[in-house]
Amino acid sequence: MIEVPEQWASAVRAATQSGCPLRIRGGGTKDFYGHNCDGELLDTRAYAGIVDYEPSELVVTARCGTRLAELELVLAASGQMLAFEPPHFGADATVGGMVAAGLSGPRRQAAGALRDYVLGVKILDGNADILAFGGQVMKNVAGYDVSRLMAGSLGTLGIILEVSLKTQPVPVAQATLRFDLPEEKAVALLNRWHGRPLPVSASVWHDGDLSVRLSGAAAAVKAAVASLGGERMDDEQATHLWTSIREHTTPFFRVDVPLWRLSVPSSLPVDAIGLDRHGERLIEWGGALRWVAGHVDGRVLREAVAEVGGHATLFRGLDKTSGVFQALPPALMGIHRNIKSAFDPHGIFNAGRMYPGL
Amino acid sequence: MRAEPINFIRQAEVVGRLLAVLPREAVLYQSEDTRPYECDGLSAYRQVPMIVALPADEAEVQAVLRICHTLQVPVVARGAGTGLSGGALPMGDGVLLSLAKMKSILAVDPVACVARVQPGVRNIAISEAAAPYGLYYAPDPSSQIACTIGGNVAENSGGVHCLKYGLTVHNVLRVRGLGVTGEIIELGSEALDAPGYDLLALVIGSEGMLAITTEVTVRLIPKPEVARCIMASFDDVEKAGNAVADVIGAGIIPAGLEMMDRPATRAVEEFVHAGYDLDAAALLLCESDGTAEEVEEEIARMSGVLRRSGATGIRISASEAERLKFWAGRKAAFPAVGRISPDYYCMDGTIPRKRLGEILRFIAAMESKYGLRCPNVFHAGDGNLHPLILFDANNPDELERTERFAGEVLEKCIAVGGTITGEHGVGIEKINQMCMQFSASELALFRRVKQAFDADGLLNPGKNIPTLHRCAEYGRMHVKGGQMPHGDLPRF
Repeated sequence: MIEVPEQWASAVRAATQSGCPLRIRGGGTKDFYGHNCDGELLDTRAYAGIVDYEPSELVVTARCGTRLAELELVLAASGQMLAFEPPHFGADATVGGMVAAGLSGPRRQAAGALRDYVLGVKILDGNADILAFGGQVMKNVAGYDVSRLMAGSLGTLGIILEVSLKTQPVPVAQATLRFDLPEEKAVALLNRWHGRPLPVSASVWHDGDLSVRLSGAAAAVKAAVASLGGERMDDEQATHLWTSIREHTTPFFRVDVPLWRLSVPSSLPVDAIGLDRHGERLIEWGGALRWVAGHVDGRVLREAVAEVGGHATLFRGLDKTSGVFQALPPALMGIHRNIKSAFDPHGIFNAGRMYPGL
Repeated sequence: MRAEPINFIRQAEVVGRLLAVLPREAVLYQSEDTRPYECDGLSAYRQVPMIVALPADEAEVQAVLRICHTLQVPVVARGAGTGLSGGALPMGDGVLLSLAKMKSILAVDPVACVARVQPGVRNIAISEAAAPYGLYYAPDPSSQIACTIGGNVAENSGGVHCLKYGLTVHNVLRVRGLGVTGEIIELGSEALDAPGYDLLALVIGSEGMLAITTEVTVRLIPKPEVARCIMASFDDVEKAGNAVADVIGAGIIPAGLEMMDRPATRAVEEFVHAGYDLDAAALLLCESDGTAEEVEEEIARMSGVLRRSGATGIRISASEAERLKFWAGRKAAFPAVGRISPDYYCMDGTIPRKRLGEILRFIAAMESKYGLRCPNVFHAGDGNLHPLILFDANNPDELERTERFAGEVLEKCIAVGGTITGEHGVGIEKINQMCMQFSASELALFRRVKQAFDADGLLNPGKNIPTLHRCAEYGRMHVKGGQMPHGDLPRF
């Protein structure tokens, strides 16, 4: 039997010959994200399974087609987790798709992003070569950090065959507190707490309601609950809240209006860029992630966000003609094109999914 | 290594152009002025640069780069010159671009918890500037009193606390820099992510080969209220290695987890009198930080695990002074070893923690094979080894034996699934071993990445990524996945 990566290498060679690009796809749970791209479907679920997992090494290695839910179950059985809390957006989400999308969930501000936990990758590049970068060790500075480059590359640089991720122990204790606070006060408070040694692991504000999750040693969580005030949420309700924020299943994330994802400095005042004039808002990551739902003028929004050092993504929306991702300055776009052709000289991987021509 | 002679006609041409954009004192070319730059922290390799340029701001860096690009002169960037792999080794036909004059802390924002600094700012100066706000910059390489943030970005520097707090790549939000033609590029942002490819991750650790850093925004984090350290003794190094896995397996991420073997503790104890247990075959330093309650809870859990793992003695720091004393020994390990030997060679391989016992036995075998001593200090928590081979450069063949010793240990690191460098970088030192860690097509991809930024190959050429020709000359095969060529042959 021919191994799956070998079959895919043949598919890459065939695509190079025919000029018909490949559309790399796992469970299809993030099809909505990025631009549509045409091409022959390459379903990564054909290559699945956990290759190696040793809890005491804090590393798990899995094939691209492994279901994310399955991976998380295996980690949980050893009291570990993916600290960046990746969104699944559906039961079929795969590990490869997670890395390619590069999205992180509620714990991002406290624990770091997906890219911070990528230790190594094995990829199939546009020359049909199988290449390995990084590895299974925490510290590795041999060569350029190609592994992290794969995170969020939307499959435009190659087929991620295998990835090694750093795992973390599940916190011993957890508690969620709730506060009635207007937007401005909530953002100010979150920033103040961020500068103090508090075990805040997630936050969400919406419509006058701030929820803050504390995670860590039992004593630390207990002390923080006592000092921060607010109303303690029932544990089951809290678990449901954080899952629904991560998975975009709360009513705010309804699908009938465009959803904008604004990544901004956490301390940005609410009225600084006229955000309060745009649609409905939901705030995460201590103020650093602001979701806007509504029909807004993307061009005006992007200019305003760029002005304060952030960027705006049209996360969900039917009309993507103004671009999904914030445009890059010409010098950076030039490097992006060069990087793309370094990995994918014939332009066969997920053509145009991130930017036109990439 | 044979030093390259300076071409004085070329030198005069480039100096003439540089003097039009830089003040006279910022362009050095007389050998008595350029000599101090002939090496970095890896002094076995030396080369006097054709010219040293000392720009004072980004506009001057840009002017230098434009001239060098026009005249096709290679450029090697340098911070404090503390690097241990020769990453800042100058070129005889190149400009050594020192960023030491750009040492302003531009802003500390205690609300957003970030600091914006120039590349020549020393690592520790950032934490000092943030201290009044109860914040600090987490990565703390041992050289932190001298090394610069620009150099840290180039090398993706670590330190003794990276298991919990990460490396440079986890703590830098944004790098502003100049491409080879002098164009300004901004990677990352002061938000938590940026659109497009993660070029920030690519540039961090790229050893000055992709861009020249002119400004860095770092993340500051709240200084833990309390830190306490356990010093645990073991009568066997392998038991100590297993204890490390047991601590982590118990769901604890210590703030620091270091190991030293007996030869290392003996050298250190004579030097700093840290109160180390000299009878122990290995010592573990295991630190907890956080709130007072958190630390108390964690220290109790860690002590329990260490005892069950066979620690023969446990001491817990009773005061901040005592904690710093425990660490003073570890942080002084390199200079302490420098006192007991005319020269020493510091290695930097990383291995999966579970292979620690195996690698230590291998190193012991190499000590007999090459007739050289080798104390070991080890960032045990993240599997990063620093064996220190002791030698005397005045004995004709000792450097050569040392390099062969080191080469074998690095090959062993690759064979057990690790890497040839955890935090010191490849530079010029480990360039041959790159041929073993990576296949020809992987190295080719690295070269294409380099070209994506620097088509003419002018930024720090010859470091980090070997040419195919070099690998052919080195004559060693690529190994991966634990498969050494002819793995059945005895190798020591």
